[in-house]
Amino acid sequence: MPIEVNGKSIETDEEGYLADLNQWEPEVATVMAAIDDAELTETHWEVINFLREYYEEYQIAPAVRVLTKAIGKKLGKDKGNSKYLYELFPYGPAKQACKYAGLPKPTGCV
Amino acid sequence: MAKVDFEIPKLKKYPEIPVVVEGTMAHSSPYVAAEKFQVQLDFPGGNGEFQEGWKEKAIEKMGELLGKYRSLQVFLDSCVKCGACTDKCHYFLGTGDPKNMPVARQDLFRAVYRRYFTFAGKYFPKLVGAVDLTEDVIKEWYSYFHQCSQCRRCSVYCPYGIDTAEISMAAREVLDHIGFGQKYCNEIIGKVYKIGNNLGLPERALADTLEGLEEDLEDETGIAVKVPLDVKGADILLVTPSADFFAEPHVDGLMGYAKVFHEAGVSWTVSSHASEAANFGMFIGSYENMQRVAIRIREAALDLGVKRIIFGECGHAWRVAYSFLNTLAGPWDFLDQNYPIPQHICEFTHNLIQDDKLTFDKSRNDDLVITFHDSCNVARASRMGDMPGGQFTIPRDILKAVCNNFHDMAPETIHEHTFCCGGGGGLLTDDLMEIRVKGMVPRAQALQDVVDEYGVTNLVAICAICKSQFAKVLPYYGMEMDMIMSLHQVLSNAIILTGQIVDDDDEAAEDAA
Repeated sequence: MPIEVNGKSIETDEEGYLADLNQWEPEVATVMAAIDDAELTETHWEVINFLREYYEEYQIAPAVRVLTKAIGKKLGKDKGNSKYLYELFPYGPAKQACKYAGLPKPTGCV
Repeated sequence: MAKVDFEIPKLKKYPEIPVVVEGTMAHSSPYVAAEKFQVQLDFPGGNGEFQEGWKEKAIEKMGELLGKYRSLQVFLDSCVKCGACTDKCHYFLGTGDPKNMPVARQDLFRAVYRRYFTFAGKYFPKLVGAVDLTEDVIKEWYSYFHQCSQCRRCSVYCPYGIDTAEISMAAREVLDHIGFGQKYCNEIIGKVYKIGNNLGLPERALADTLEGLEEDLEDETGIAVKVPLDVKGADILLVTPSADFFAEPHVDGLMGYAKVFHEAGVSWTVSSHASEAANFGMFIGSYENMQRVAIRIREAALDLGVKRIIFGECGHAWRVAYSFLNTLAGPWDFLDQNYPIPQHICEFTHNLIQDDKLTFDKSRNDDLVITFHDSCNVARASRMGDMPGGQFTIPRDILKAVCNNFHDMAPETIHEHTFCCGGGGGLLTDDLMEIRVKGMVPRAQALQDVVDEYGVTNLVAICAICKSQFAKVLPYYGMEMDMIMSLHQVLSNAIILTGQIVDDDDEAAEDAA
């Protein structure tokens, strides 16, 4: 199912993740969020940007604990927990946020 | 919680056998594995299309499996339709779809078996309920054999001991060989081959994650508790689900194991080569893939020169480890024969508790009222310790040693009667969310009962799939996602390490601030 971004058609897999990770641009996240009836705030972008930085370094999404620690440092300790992340990304931070950030879906028993 | 396009069942005061509604789950079907995932497992691709000669290939595969596994043929021949299993499957209880009755699920496979492999079925198919193998039959298999979590509850009640799980594994093996593999399982097995674990967590990321955990452990306890990676010459190799590195509450359990190892004073290590306990080869009924996954553990053990192997909290991995590891990847003659090969982390911890080697402050768990979920593969397909039923008593003994408030759920829902969490057997994927939610009905009901009756606040499990499933699905039933805890997480709360400075006043002051 391709999505329309800035007049371009970008291919996604059956679960809505980018088929080619190199095709990501910020607009991709906005369009994907719109499909889920969500709107991206600055806080969402903090998470998405961190995911992308981490992925670039390690070729995988960060573990939940790594993510919550990083977000806690950036946005304050009260926000450094998975409850807060689930409020931001109700489908699950690992999965929904990864999708918007153009990362592959974390698989396995998670 | 995400929005849903199906009706979430209402939990009732008492378990009820649902009214039968034919075909109500016929639409449920997971994504088919694309060719790129199939080939990694030496299966043909097809991208969801029927390929030429599929029917002959499927029948040939069935014949091969019948010859290889006597049990399969016995299970197919011996059912007398007594009906004892009909109301025992959580997926039937949660959906009311009659094809989710274990006997009906078996019959999907049995009808084809009869047509091509029995005298009566070959010549008088209508008389014996034999059916031709058609594309529609395959589609139905694909749907309903992915509505079975291979939990084996039905087999406990079957007077002949027919194991639907084994039939479901055989069906998936046939499906894989005609290009209808399941994306979730097969993509993951491919990642194990390529990267070493289900998640696709590369060595460098794993090292970074473990380092972070060491920092957290030191922050919490003031003691340098290590989580070692690839340490040659360590005594113990810990093989644990990669979810333990990645997800919550799994990681809290891993930190608990680290504390136990530290306190025991043993040398241990995680391996980046075998950084996964799970073995999805079992879910898809593929002996070859199960073996290929299991061999990594042998390679890691030899390479690191360890003396013992201990498995972390993972249900089906423990079945593979306890029941099959020796035939899959043995002999283990190079390990220390004075210890169980392999050993479960709960067994290890339990022994230390018995020998009075661990110190706990149980009051640290006084805000919790705990109940324990027996994971299906641990409960019905393995054992623990040196006594029958050890897989039931050992985890509970540990919990009772580390917390003051423990209540079991109803007896017909625990021990060997336990209900599956709803996400086992390769169904823990978003494209099967409806069956996962509905399949949790009996477990959620029993849980709700102890919540109402005893004020239970938390549910503990020793399986990565169970933990993820509960975290994701409990909110559909109005319960909190963090209600589910790892067993070694509860232990981790209460354990006092040697030399650890415990200042409860400070802690109380901090909480108040």
